[in-house]
Amino acid sequence: MKKIEILTICAHDGILQTIKRLINNNELWNSTGAIDIQEAIELAENKDFDLILIGSGLTAADEHELESVLATRKNIPVVKHYGGGSGLLFGEIHQALSGR
Amino acid sequence: MENFIIHKAATRGLANHGWLNSAHSFSFGSYYNPDRMNFGVLRVLNDDTVDGGRGFGDHPHDNMEIISIPLEGDLVHKDSMGNEAIIRKGEIQAMSAGTGIYHSEFNKDGSAPVKFLQIWLYPNKRNVTPRYDQVKIDTAERNVFHQVLSPNANDAGVWIHQNAWFNMGKFDQGAETTYQLNDKKNGVYAFILSGNVTINGQALEPRDGMGIVADSLTVKADTDAEILLMEVPMEL
Repeated sequence: MKKIEILTICAHDGILQTIKRLINNNELWNSTGAIDIQEAIELAENKDFDLILIGSGLTAADEHELESVLATRKNIPVVKHYGGGSGLLFGEIHQALSGR
Repeated sequence: MENFIIHKAATRGLANHGWLNSAHSFSFGSYYNPDRMNFGVLRVLNDDTVDGGRGFGDHPHDNMEIISIPLEGDLVHKDSMGNEAIIRKGEIQAMSAGTGIYHSEFNKDGSAPVKFLQIWLYPNKRNVTPRYDQVKIDTAERNVFHQVLSPNANDAGVWIHQNAWFNMGKFDQGAETTYQLNDKKNGVYAFILSGNVTINGQALEPRDGMGIVADSLTVKADTDAEILLMEVPMEL
């Protein structure tokens, strides 16, 4: 079965690794991490993602650009993650994937 | 116009991790209920009991206003900002996770359980500088609400990055009071810590929650009771 591909962008590497680990604990999901907007856009140009998760540490302009480039141009849902790889992560992903 | 929703205590999501028993008023961890995601910016209300000597090891948070209120026992807090503190019953702790922090929380006692509320609010701004605050709360005077949290650094209680106010109070049976909102655009989530209470005509029992959008609340204690009111913005 094809996994749900999730691109996670977070400037805090420790939190990024935590989020990736938590996502990848679900055998139906696969997370690829990016530490900044440039890396995120490059990854999105070369791989199809089902969901973009924006973590902490990006500027408001970067967050806006990510939403603009990835959500609008590539039609990928973008979710702002809150909490830092904690108890909210799965709810955010489920909600985004169900289009609620 | 008044709108309300009641979350009975028994309908909360339960998580038993052995050393941790938690009742989730809203979706959290493996408890996912799309109809229980939040009340305005109030995203997490966990009613936690941690075994003696156990706790949450070092773990990260970001972009969340995190409030802890011990109900029984003491918690030992350490974080990546260099804070080391004991949070006791009668105190409240607020942490703005902002760009990211690591922290741990352990039961200070080696044998008796600690009970506390863990409350998370979405911040009004992402990626703020992380901060930590802890103050004593004085709820000795009965039959009135005492402010324990606000958006203002110079106001009573802790302050957070959100247009929110928390009040706590202990009430004698038969006591009645009114709560006027600080911001009429906000809603209030009432959580009954103990006793039976009627709020705006709705009967509530221990650990019930009630989210209300109204100009004011009429709170009547049907028995001796302790109540937490969380006034929060309804728009994320």
